[in-house]
Amino acid sequence: MDWFNTIIRTFFDFNAMIEVLPQLLGVGLLNTLIISVAATVIGVVLGMVVAVMGISSSRWLRIPARIYTDLFRGLPAILTILLIGQGFARLSQSIFGPSPYPLGIVALSLIASAYIGEIFRAGIMSVDKGQAEACRALGMSYAKAMALVVVPQGVRRVLPALVNQFIAIVKDSSLVYFLGLLVSERELFRVGQDAAVLSGNLSPLVMAGIFYLVITVPLTHLVNYIDDRFRTGRRRATPPSSGLNELKELDAAQPLTAGSNK
Amino acid sequence: MSLANISTTNTTSDVETFRGSSLELKSLTMAYGDVEVLRKVSLEVAPGTTTCIIGPSGSGKSTLLRGINRLHEPKSGDVLLAGESALAVKPDVLRRRIGMVFQHFNLFPDHTALENVALALWSVKGMSKSEARERAKRRLAEVGLAERADHRPRDLSGGQQQRVAIARALAMEPEVMLFDEATSALDPELVKGVLSLMAGLGSRGMTMVVVTHEMGFARRVADQVVFMDEGEVVEAGTPSAIFDNPQSARLQRFLSEVL
Repeated sequence: MDWFNTIIRTFFDFNAMIEVLPQLLGVGLLNTLIISVAATVIGVVLGMVVAVMGISSSRWLRIPARIYTDLFRGLPAILTILLIGQGFARLSQSIFGPSPYPLGIVALSLIASAYIGEIFRAGIMSVDKGQAEACRALGMSYAKAMALVVVPQGVRRVLPALVNQFIAIVKDSSLVYFLGLLVSERELFRVGQDAAVLSGNLSPLVMAGIFYLVITVPLTHLVNYIDDRFRTGRRRATPPSSGLNELKELDAAQPLTAGSNK
Repeated sequence: MSLANISTTNTTSDVETFRGSSLELKSLTMAYGDVEVLRKVSLEVAPGTTTCIIGPSGSGKSTLLRGINRLHEPKSGDVLLAGESALAVKPDVLRRRIGMVFQHFNLFPDHTALENVALALWSVKGMSKSEARERAKRRLAEVGLAERADHRPRDLSGGQQQRVAIARALAMEPEVMLFDEATSALDPELVKGVLSLMAGLGSRGMTMVVVTHEMGFARRVADQVVFMDEGEVVEAGTPSAIFDNPQSARLQRFLSEVL
């Protein structure tokens, strides 16, 4: 049973896990959530801009959107984070101060916006063309038709994909540690890793992993739930009815239908 | 708001009559890419009259309608609305004067019937939201849907949805109404209700261009029937001229298939 004890000591050292718990809760979890939520919010805003540019009829909007998306989706997240986090360090210093934390969020936001832009674009393009046509036929401008009718429908349709993207961002937020964070800025992974160095085993990292799962697993199931509801939840069985009942309504439409029997 | 209210408050204005404008197409040519789908179509629609366009599928009927409100830009020729070129104004401005009803209703699924009607009133006409809702209520009552104002499209039958769509177009106070196979997607028992609503509009002075497969409607309601085939107007005339005395071989053939 030697190997069993080794595994327990390496991954599930109870004392080490308890010891790191307050820091994971108070510092790590908080920072992971701040970074992830901020990157998602900025990513959603930028992503919407990229999506609207991407479906524009003007190629001067479409092509930049395409390049932007290809760039940030095509590069490894760690590379983007390092390039931006170190490349713009001086600029960031003059704006945000010495901490690399804001630049980490910016880098994650740019990556997120590329993915979210594609999600929005797919959603908007899946909206029936008749919707935009009905708007245009009523005299709405393209911008109004998009803002009031088409985009809201497209966005609603891709909510599950957006939650998935948030899960990806939560996981990617661990990469920010590469930029070197202050003690109070450490997110879950970095807190776990620092503690692992002290405890001499991997248990604190396992504990950090559990925290990630506590965030991501419920969200995964939320996605499935939303997906199910949107797809099938609407249709409930109704008792047999008759289309003939509707004809009575037309009697109420006298002002218009009367006089039609010419 | 009850119907009684409407008829007393609006005895002379919008409910009772419409002021339809004249419409004229002057050798209108339309193309998708290099393919001309409509060739030099000329047509005159007098104010307050109903023109029904019939013809086999692919003959360019829908394209013709979409040229009138410029959902598809004409390649050449002209459209005159009340004597003025429709191609000289901005499309958005033009479309406020022309209502359109589609085969598949194209209602906004995440809006209630009332919101469907009210949306363009505040966002395009610039009415206040409460004003827009009031007008929308009245328009819905006119098409017999006062009770259904808070239903979403998916909770309405096809016939009800199409009547919401008609109310939505009418609320903008158009001078011309275009109907693109408005009853083709409806269950058979609901067709008549929508058609009689359309007939009612016509009899109250609305100028209408109706693409339809309902020959009975065309014969009974139209002032002018236009037979189109292969992107051209083959024959046009009164209903009796078209249905009882067809001249061209193509129209005779078409009628023998549909009547």
